[in-house]
Amino acid sequence: MIVSYVIKRIFYMIPILFGVSLLVFSMIYLIPGDPARMMLGQSASPEAVQQLRDKLGFNDPFIIQYGAWLLDVLHGDLGTSITMRIPVTAFLIPKLLNTLILAAGGLIICVIIGIGVGIAAALRKYTWFDRIIMFMAQFGANAPAFWLAITLMWLFSIKLGWLPSSGMYDVRTGDTFTGLLEHLILPAFATATVSLAVIARLTRSSLIDVLNAEFIKTFRANGISESKIISKHAFRNILPPLINMIGLQIGYLLGGALFVEVVFNWPGIGSQIYASITSQDLPMVQAGVLFIAISFVVVNLINDVFIASLNPRLKN
Amino acid sequence: MTLLDISNLQVHFTSPNGTVQAVNGVDFSINHGEIMALVGESGSGKSITGLSILGLVPKPNGKIVNGSMMFNGSNLVDKTEKEFREIRGKEIAMIFQNPLTAMDPSFTVGNQMLEIIKYRQGLSKKNGLLEAKKLLDLVGIHDHDRVINSYPHALSGGMRQRVMIAMALSCKPKLLIADEPTTALDATIQMQILSLLKRINLELGTSILFITHDFGVVANLCDKVAVMYAGRILEYGETQEILTKPKHPYTKGLMNAMPETSIEQPRDGNGKKRLEQIDGSPPDLLNLPDGCSFFDRCNRATDKCCTAFPDITTKTNGHLVRCFNEEEVYV
Amino acid sequence: MERDIIVVSRELSISKHRVNRIKSNTFRQSIRVFSKDRLAVIGAVIVLVSILSAVFAPFIAPYAPNIGDGSKRLLPIGTPGHILGLDEQGRDILSRLIYGGRLSLLSAIIPITFMFAISLALGLIAGYFTRLGEVIMRILDVLFAFPTALLAIAISAIIGSGLTTIMLSISIVMLPYMTRVVYTSTMNEKNKEYVEAAKALGATKFEILFKEILPNVLTDIIVYTTTLMGTTIVFASGLSFIGLGIQPPDADWGRMVTGGISVLTQGAPHIATIPGLVILIVATAFNWVGDGLQSALDPYKRTQ
Repeated sequence: MIVSYVIKRIFYMIPILFGVSLLVFSMIYLIPGDPARMMLGQSASPEAVQQLRDKLGFNDPFIIQYGAWLLDVLHGDLGTSITMRIPVTAFLIPKLLNTLILAAGGLIICVIIGIGVGIAAALRKYTWFDRIIMFMAQFGANAPAFWLAITLMWLFSIKLGWLPSSGMYDVRTGDTFTGLLEHLILPAFATATVSLAVIARLTRSSLIDVLNAEFIKTFRANGISESKIISKHAFRNILPPLINMIGLQIGYLLGGALFVEVVFNWPGIGSQIYASITSQDLPMVQAGVLFIAISFVVVNLINDVFIASLNPRLKN
Repeated sequence: MTLLDISNLQVHFTSPNGTVQAVNGVDFSINHGEIMALVGESGSGKSITGLSILGLVPKPNGKIVNGSMMFNGSNLVDKTEKEFREIRGKEIAMIFQNPLTAMDPSFTVGNQMLEIIKYRQGLSKKNGLLEAKKLLDLVGIHDHDRVINSYPHALSGGMRQRVMIAMALSCKPKLLIADEPTTALDATIQMQILSLLKRINLELGTSILFITHDFGVVANLCDKVAVMYAGRILEYGETQEILTKPKHPYTKGLMNAMPETSIEQPRDGNGKKRLEQIDGSPPDLLNLPDGCSFFDRCNRATDKCCTAFPDITTKTNGHLVRCFNEEEVYV
Repeated sequence: MERDIIVVSRELSISKHRVNRIKSNTFRQSIRVFSKDRLAVIGAVIVLVSILSAVFAPFIAPYAPNIGDGSKRLLPIGTPGHILGLDEQGRDILSRLIYGGRLSLLSAIIPITFMFAISLALGLIAGYFTRLGEVIMRILDVLFAFPTALLAIAISAIIGSGLTTIMLSISIVMLPYMTRVVYTSTMNEKNKEYVEAAKALGATKFEILFKEILPNVLTDIIVYTTTLMGTTIVFASGLSFIGLGIQPPDADWGRMVTGGISVLTQGAPHIATIPGLVILIVATAFNWVGDGLQSALDPYKRTQ
């Protein structure tokens, strides 16, 4: 039953991916300016520009251009960077990995701390602890990612000097894991804060709801201890809405990572896209957007499958 | 022999609008092997009474403010949460109204049964499963493996309620509190569950406190009846006695609203009786009137009735009633 | 038989009159519930203050926002005459905040307001006409496949930077989310009994959609939009921060932060952090108002 759901979901994903690729291609297609002219320079003759346009297929109808582009993409060829003159795909993949590392760091922080705080607040509902935490969470959910990045950087890097303020590794010590962690903490927190707040609030309200459910009464009436009730029955039943929300937050994490990367000089796709927009390196921008969109779709698929696996009505 | 003796139980709830006097001085007792019905409309306080026995009144709003509940020589009102855990499921068990929502939808029936059985009796998984199957037999389910491996949503309402009863009986409790166990079930299934409860009472000697709003059920199953209204018991006695000679106008009204228990004489030539209804609605528990709480709906009310709440009058056979203007005895 | 019809129609018109009276009572009751929620009231005040100071900026701001005094640059909070200090070009921060509010609020309110109507229509139709709805939602799914910031950045890459860019990006990015809220709400409502009743009384599909379902869906979308307003302000500020919005010397709150980054190491954190704080507070205020509206407008949803 779950297998059929997974297959259905994957089939559903395919038209979405097509739509995404179409959208990304259209974006670049719609950018004003003549790439052929840009390549040949302003002083080139109109005939030379037209010749180049014909040669590169810029005069073909939209569908043909899209098809050709799509074919290239499926072969892993995303063109050549205008500014750097290197193949885009090979350049971007490590950057994608770096962004995923940042997003993953953020995910771990917001899930562990968010759920933990939410559970603690729910178990102490209506006390001072609960009210203060939820109040803070409401502010946290509205903090701009870039502002968080800047404030954290100023506080812990510049003022206190505890943590580094830019890059991914220490230039001197190289690719060490501890170096990575040191550099990861601040950006990951900046990326995670909003999601942390949202998850904490949802966990609290879900847990309170579930603890009011009838079946909890059954187990209490049969003498099962409160801690077992919470750790087994309550927890298992708050998972679906929680994981659903986490899936929604992944989009925010990926998006927020873009801003955080710019502030912290984190060598990910976000800062690359930003640099490429400034330098008008279109193939790079296009590829970057495509990479992130595809990652997002795939992660959402995994998330949905996970939720489905938790649904007893899909098991047989 | 008295198993449970409740005396002057009062349970209050605090709300932003004031204090709700949900249970307002309830007295009754249940003997070993006895089935007692607690009958009342929604909001009469009957469910809360059941919950208080096991210390399950929802905190922080709800609190037992007065009264005593003597069980096995000790007062349940004084028990701590820890002490209750020794009683719940072991000495006293409870089943609830809606069997679908009464089980965790995310785990199999077997998983939940085992959880209770293993916890209560410390058995291994293998022995626990054997025990579970025995319990399922007890409640009339012989399709063991299918039921044990099913999720709650896959079973019918009647099956689920049987499983609930099986779980409640896993430690052979002395008292089973059944809070409207058949209300959410179809009529035919209702009869099955009721006869199951009767059989358990006879075979295991389990006392049952049967909470319901349905007088029709009471007649077939229960030895004793207590009629509850707005947090107080208005009439109390043996079932036969109450059914034939209801003294309180409310009791009579309840009975006449149901075809099975109506004691009106047939009005027309076909021998058919008319069902009556009780006009009005239950009082606001935040602002209980000074006099009898049934005053505004009573067809035998007099001026005396709104001055003070009537005391208990004892009739023959332990038949108790609280009314200034009791009904006459019917033929 | 005729007499029955007359009686029934008279009863219907009486009950309609009663319904209208109930509606105005419910309105007054909603206001009462809202005003009891302290946070909602505080939020409403903050929002009102922001909007009013944006509208009356020229009368309220102590200084001109874009004229800087180089000799006074980087002065901190509490400098006499400049309560929030001065920025990296010697401009008064408070004045820039007040003028910046115009752009920050505008870039959120205008697109959301337009998208309110569009999402309402689109969502109602998609929710009610199932097959058409599936097509519409599938198309929107493609937009959902992009993290919002990414989509906005890509759009601005195409059309350049500026206030219109931001508003257009916001419109395109937020439309799917708003539509989905209306869609889900419509799907929930259309299975309810009053819709059955209306059908039985002979109402046409559009009558059902707009007279019966719409008022009930309105609650959900109004609450969602109010909270979304806050989120959008944050979102728009992010885009401005990166440089895709208003160009200097004009600035909205996001752009003000950009200016402050370069001087973080020079001991002037207030330039970058104050505007962000303002964004946070205003967005949270919208949140509070949204929560208050939810309790006030929908009695079934009043939770702890």
